[in-house]
Amino acid sequence: MKTLFDKIWDKHVVKSITEGVDVVFIDQHFIHEVTSPQAFNGLREKGQKVFRPERTLATADHNVPTINQHLPIKDKASFHQVESLTNNCKEFGVELFGIGHKNQGIVHVIGPDLGKTQPGMTIVCGDSHTSTHGAFGAIAFGIGTSQVEQVLASQCLVLNRPKSMKIEVNGTLNKGVTAKDVVLYIISKLGTEGGTGFFVEYVGNVFSEMSMEERMTVCNMSIEMGARGGMVGIDEVTINYVQSRVHLSEDKIEGWKALNTDDGAEFDKSVRFNATDIYPMITVGTAPDTGITISKTVDDAAFITEKAKKYMGFNGEDKINQQEIDFVFIGSCTNGRIEDLRAAAEIIKGHKKAEKVEAWVVPGSMKVREEAIEEGLDKIFIDAGFEFREPGCSACLAMNDDKIPSGAICVSTSNRNFEGRQGEGARTLLSSPITAAASALTGRVTDPTKYLN
Amino acid sequence: MKLSSKVIPLNIENIDTDQLIPAQFLKLTTKKGYGKNLFYNWRYFHDYEPNPQFELNNPLREGAQVIIGGNNFGCGSSREHAAWAIADYGIKAVITSQFADIHKGNLYNNNVLPIEIKPDELSVLMNYFLENSSAIIDVDLENQTVKVEESGFNVKFEIAPFKKKCLLEGVDEIQYLINMKEEIAEFELNNY
Repeated sequence: MKTLFDKIWDKHVVKSITEGVDVVFIDQHFIHEVTSPQAFNGLREKGQKVFRPERTLATADHNVPTINQHLPIKDKASFHQVESLTNNCKEFGVELFGIGHKNQGIVHVIGPDLGKTQPGMTIVCGDSHTSTHGAFGAIAFGIGTSQVEQVLASQCLVLNRPKSMKIEVNGTLNKGVTAKDVVLYIISKLGTEGGTGFFVEYVGNVFSEMSMEERMTVCNMSIEMGARGGMVGIDEVTINYVQSRVHLSEDKIEGWKALNTDDGAEFDKSVRFNATDIYPMITVGTAPDTGITISKTVDDAAFITEKAKKYMGFNGEDKINQQEIDFVFIGSCTNGRIEDLRAAAEIIKGHKKAEKVEAWVVPGSMKVREEAIEEGLDKIFIDAGFEFREPGCSACLAMNDDKIPSGAICVSTSNRNFEGRQGEGARTLLSSPITAAASALTGRVTDPTKYLN
Repeated sequence: MKLSSKVIPLNIENIDTDQLIPAQFLKLTTKKGYGKNLFYNWRYFHDYEPNPQFELNNPLREGAQVIIGGNNFGCGSSREHAAWAIADYGIKAVITSQFADIHKGNLYNNNVLPIEIKPDELSVLMNYFLENSSAIIDVDLENQTVKVEESGFNVKFEIAPFKKKCLLEGVDEIQYLINMKEEIAEFELNNY
């Protein structure tokens, strides 16, 4: 009896070096402009080619501007980095969806959307949120640049086999609770190192009833509890999503279904939560494990530290739903997909944002942006006083111009609230898209439930 | 690998990669030049004006090649720039009770030794070096030991045999994989 993880891993072992250390074949490799230049330099120095160029796909996302993408990037270093990616892809024969291309977008948004991400695969990228792709029943995880070079040169990695962890959530979710709230809740219970050394499988009706995009949001945040990655079993939802993008044979589909975790397979660690205990969440500290229910106070976060409170300027007894805010950011590889934009628009429709709040909607890809425009979501955002921008990682890590000013408070649908993450001195509160949308309307942290029908 | 060096103790848990190297410094296309921006937000006030409270700026610790950090060191992003910044600053070993997985791998790949010791041992070591700015630590990879002669501290650490071999013999994982290409091609033929 084996787990989904074990079945996929075992199929990809080219060779075992020592106990627990394997050479693992990688099916799909994604690259972007920030963590790949040094890897290409390494290939050049060693006189190596890209071993299997058709298994690598490139996009520019981390430091692309989200306004006037048709103009050259003003920041010289960013311009140079994006240009390097273009040149490297041309030289080494790697397909690139660069700025302006209809398929460009955040790497973890476009991979699944283009049908590149498929069940049973091993998938890597020089980005920790590669865990996103685990939603398809794939082993997907982030790697460093030395490993990017290894994959480019050999399509393989030398890896330690991680331990296995089962996270089970059953029951009916409360009103206003989204996939983001579920994962913020899990992280608030396990801590940022609760998953270190583990690869997670999410099981239970809460995940099986989620759409693929919702599963991606959950798996995306696996790294925020320290796990290498997280995955969800393969079912009709998975297959329908992939099938609507690429042609699949019956054999292939049957093969995928057989990969699912066998009944009675053992995990090294198991934890279980009740769906009914989860309410809309928001983080109050400087690590993703500081999530609390919106009606609670700062000290209700189990993992809040004095250092974090000092940085955030919060007192322990502060009620977070009284907190005034300055910015709202809706986007990122966590919550920049079409369903996220639809959910936020539903809240905003017919309302205006609070005057003092600056609100940005940054679609995760060109395709998401086009879809949003087709559905008229852009108008809803713009009418409410939001900016509707062009795709990229944007204010999630603020490598481009989309920086939150020092001291300002931003309710953000991204994945990290580290000190200075969204700009030097910026203070980040992580939430779901509907909480961010509701908060933009009132100008303070707001439970979105009352805006839902 | 044997090391005898001063220490920079950072008694902070969950030191994330955005603190090791903030995103604005990820725009280089080389592996060098990151050291001066290591811990940028904690180390400087503005325009590289040093914050004297931060241990990297303690003149007594100048030349240190070892960092001791709180639990869950290097959590967050996969950016190898964090490891490049540590290596470029001149650090040869980082000691904590647990590393975040990706960062640990990145340190290995840049010949910086990541050492994990038990939480109670870490706390003893941390306190000693917080109080003794000029004290020396001895790290021995071959025997897998961390010692402080003056205090009698002496513990063994675990390391995966393959990683140890790579560091000791200068084996490069990438060269190892490049040498395996024929085997990899055969694997593809049989499995795809």
